Amino acid sequence: MPETISSSIANFRPELALALTFIAAMIMEFAARGKGRLTGAVVLAGFAVALALMPFSPAGPERIFSGMIALDPFSVFFKYFVIVTGIVIVLFSFQSQELRRDAPRIGEYFCFIAALTFGMTLMAGAANLLMIYIAIELVGISSYILAGFTKSVRRSSEAALKYVLYGAVSSGLMLYGMSLIFGLMGSLDLVRIHDVLARGHAITTGWSFATMMIGVVLILAGLGYKISAVPFHFWTPDVYEGAPITITAFLAVASKAAGFAVLIRFFTVMFFDMYTTANVRASFSGVNWNLVLAVLSVATMTVGNFIAVWQDNLKRMLAYSSIAHAGYLLMGVVVSSDSGIAAVLLYFIMYFFMNLGAFYVVMAVADKIGSEHIDDYRGFGKRAPTVGVGFAIFLISLTGLPPTGGFVGKLILFSAVVDSPFLWLAVVAVLNTVVSLYYYARVLRNMYLREPLDGDISPIRFRPAVVVTVVLFIIPNILFGLYFEPLVKWTQASVAMLLPGA
Amino acid sequence: MQFPILSILTFLPIVGMIIVLLVNKERTRLIRGVAVVTTGVQVAFAVALIALFRSSLPGINEQSSMQFVERFAWITIPQTAWFGEIQIEYFLAIDGLSMPMVVLTALISFIAAVASFSIDKSVKGYFAMFLLLDTGMMGVFCAIDMFLFYIFWELMLLPMYFLIGIWGGPRREYAAIKFFLYTLAGSVLLLLVMIGLYFTTIDPATGAHTFNMLAMMRPENMQSGIFSVVGSTIRMWAYIALFIAFAIKVPVFPFHTWLPDAHVEAPTAISVILAGVLLKMGTYGMLRISFPIFPEFAVFFQKPLMIFGFVNIVYGALCAMAQKDFKKLIAYSSISHMGYVILGMAALNVQGMTGAVFQMFNHGTITAMLFLLVGVLYDRAHTRGLDEFGGVYNKMPVYAFFTVVAFFAAIGLPSLSGFVSEAFVFLGAFQTDKFWTILSTLGIVLGAGYMLWTFQRVFMGTLPSRWENVLPDVTPREIVSLAPLAAIIVFLGVWPSPALNFMTTSLDHLVRFVKTSAEASQALLMGM
Repeated sequence: MPETISSSIANFRPELALALTFIAAMIMEFAARGKGRLTGAVVLAGFAVALALMPFSPAGPERIFSGMIALDPFSVFFKYFVIVTGIVIVLFSFQSQELRRDAPRIGEYFCFIAALTFGMTLMAGAANLLMIYIAIELVGISSYILAGFTKSVRRSSEAALKYVLYGAVSSGLMLYGMSLIFGLMGSLDLVRIHDVLARGHAITTGWSFATMMIGVVLILAGLGYKISAVPFHFWTPDVYEGAPITITAFLAVASKAAGFAVLIRFFTVMFFDMYTTANVRASFSGVNWNLVLAVLSVATMTVGNFIAVWQDNLKRMLAYSSIAHAGYLLMGVVVSSDSGIAAVLLYFIMYFFMNLGAFYVVMAVADKIGSEHIDDYRGFGKRAPTVGVGFAIFLISLTGLPPTGGFVGKLILFSAVVDSPFLWLAVVAVLNTVVSLYYYARVLRNMYLREPLDGDISPIRFRPAVVVTVVLFIIPNILFGLYFEPLVKWTQASVAMLLPGA
Repeated sequence: MQFPILSILTFLPIVGMIIVLLVNKERTRLIRGVAVVTTGVQVAFAVALIALFRSSLPGINEQSSMQFVERFAWITIPQTAWFGEIQIEYFLAIDGLSMPMVVLTALISFIAAVASFSIDKSVKGYFAMFLLLDTGMMGVFCAIDMFLFYIFWELMLLPMYFLIGIWGGPRREYAAIKFFLYTLAGSVLLLLVMIGLYFTTIDPATGAHTFNMLAMMRPENMQSGIFSVVGSTIRMWAYIALFIAFAIKVPVFPFHTWLPDAHVEAPTAISVILAGVLLKMGTYGMLRISFPIFPEFAVFFQKPLMIFGFVNIVYGALCAMAQKDFKKLIAYSSISHMGYVILGMAALNVQGMTGAVFQMFNHGTITAMLFLLVGVLYDRAHTRGLDEFGGVYNKMPVYAFFTVVAFFAAIGLPSLSGFVSEAFVFLGAFQTDKFWTILSTLGIVLGAGYMLWTFQRVFMGTLPSRWENVLPDVTPREIVSLAPLAAIIVFLGVWPSPALNFMTTSLDHLVRFVKTSAEASQALLMGM
């Protein structure tokens, strides 16, 4: 079918629904000032419509809007992921006492959630450097605002400011890198760039090669910032700690996923030889990008895990832990074979349940006792048995012990790496897992092994809604640890990407 | 479909755990009752297992002669172009190697449940964790699918962490996290080897990659993955990784430092479980996984393994001798006694192997008894300092009787079970390597030394006046936990053949299998 604007729009319905949600939410916010939660309901409804429209778009692979956006099973997976995460975050936001207390115009908050989600769905499909940039900027600007949304809280404003500065610098770098690539290749379309490289023009030597290297490294810096890979991670702990916890969870899960979607597409489509069925996709173009990514992966997981050991604020600890998880996820990109990418997707599903569960508990506890400090979790297991068990399960899942979803995610991910020439990377990763146990177990220790500092062992009573939510997150964590057949099938079916020559 | 006795043995404790969780936490008697009944029924099933077990079937690498097989597809993902088929099975079965361990686990769990009655801090949580631990242990010995094996293997970690960390002694936090980190460091190595083996092994029946350990034992199933070339360096590293994974659990010097901490801090019943069952998982893993799947390196590393055995025996005994804390002494004696197991299996002949497995069982019963005895004294005196006692014999004669049985069994006195297994170990090891075997007998002398010296310090002499009124003799409940162990120790010492008969066929098969496979691979390597 020839590609036209109208056929493209027909294939763009979920994104359009999200865009319209954003507009509707803004109008709502003007029309019914002060009824912010109503705006939230509108956003929720809009997300539901977008989700409902998802099955009606073709799975592709197809190009839409002249190849600006790729429609393929890979992007469909991430769109589902992002929209579902958006729905969960909106539901969390309704429950958050922090937002009720410190965020005066909550309606605007929901507007930006819609914009952020829209941006992330664009990131999932962006197949053109320009589109990648626009999508990342849309996500970035929305998240700067959201990170500082509780502006009466000092650390939140500080977080937003740091985030803006880092974001501005890295997107500037990325844009410059893109311009260099454009100058060399004569195109911004990933597929075209692949063709140029594959035809083996004189790019692999001399100044052209150096320029290409600089360009790609600059782009890598921008993407690395998005997924908080070391050494582009410095914003992460401060922003995660300062932002409202719902936003922290959103950034840690959905924004990271969208970042990975772009990163994977960028490397596999541009640099990797897609027509091999080998267990590792080698990069052509003269640079061993697999190795570069492997180094990035090792640095990210090691730094994340080791610094997390020293954290006493749980939000900050989860921030470093999410850096470490980005390192594990990068292993899948290093291998970059179909099984590696499928493993990344599966890991994201598990990560969704364990990480959102953990952030939710931290949020609920902070609302209740007003602290995220590890010492205030002393005796928590006895004071709130159900939520305590839930938190313990989420932490175990994050460590990756069976029988939890986190284990299955790690198993499949390590499998992809063991089955490739990067066996050493798997060894580093499993040793990192042992380090990570230490800081997750520190929380367990405080919850169960220690008595509260002030001797207050009165039960903490959570609202039934909170307990139910925690249980709803426990179930998939255990279930997918024991039975993961459908998930593996789904992720395996979702690796197909819009490829050169397709 | 036949009666799923292994599934019942494995998951009965989970049922008990769920009941415990549903009971109001104030009703401690009921909770204890549930735990004892659950583990008691487990023992009954284990007895039935003994009755039904056919000792003529070898098992090990032949599925047709494994017993009580339960095999179902669990996770099957059809072939995609680039991934092959994923096949994970729920596959339980036992043979002469795992049968003694299954019986031991049921027995020790029951005894530990009885011994746990003195726990009065959050009883509900304690027994829930205890029963979960029981399932993990039982599952490890029954699982034939490696994925399943790994899940059970890791399932034990968390309950053990809490059992030591919440109900342990003063340094419990340190001991618990140390145990957790050490064991996890080992099991992640196991995980990597497991993944590697998975990608190497093809199930001949389905053509899919499989976690089935029996399939992994056949070189012809090893087709394309990283471990497919017999005798390759990568397989050597895999063997070493597996050795470390299991050696941490045994524990083999120098990976042993978690053990004295964990044993000393854990409550009595948990020390019993640790020494009685958990340590055996390490040696069981070596015999079930390392030896048959990497036979060429089992032979290649025979001598180093033997030296590890020797070091464990002598180092453990010397450390035990230096201890002033009763429990720590028993902990180090465990290290020494597990050295005999290593020595026996390194002999790679049927006598040594039989001695090793029998020693695993006997050490389970004897050390369990020793820890119970330490617990009896500690419950009364609230100290374990060996120098603080004396003359307990007169004060607690029944207690002293049980202690004599356990001590002499640990020393290896003829007519008690420890003697039989140690004799077999030395018999086997002597044929393989005279030098290290003779040096290892030093362990017996040292063992007699520290045990008798301990007996002298605690039971002989005069009773310090502070203990005059606080040392009543053992209670009936304590006798319930001690007497069965004493009976088994004496019975198997006088008439070991019933127990030996269960294992010899399998172990003979294992030894021949390992040796022939290793020779075949040698021939293959020569030909290259």
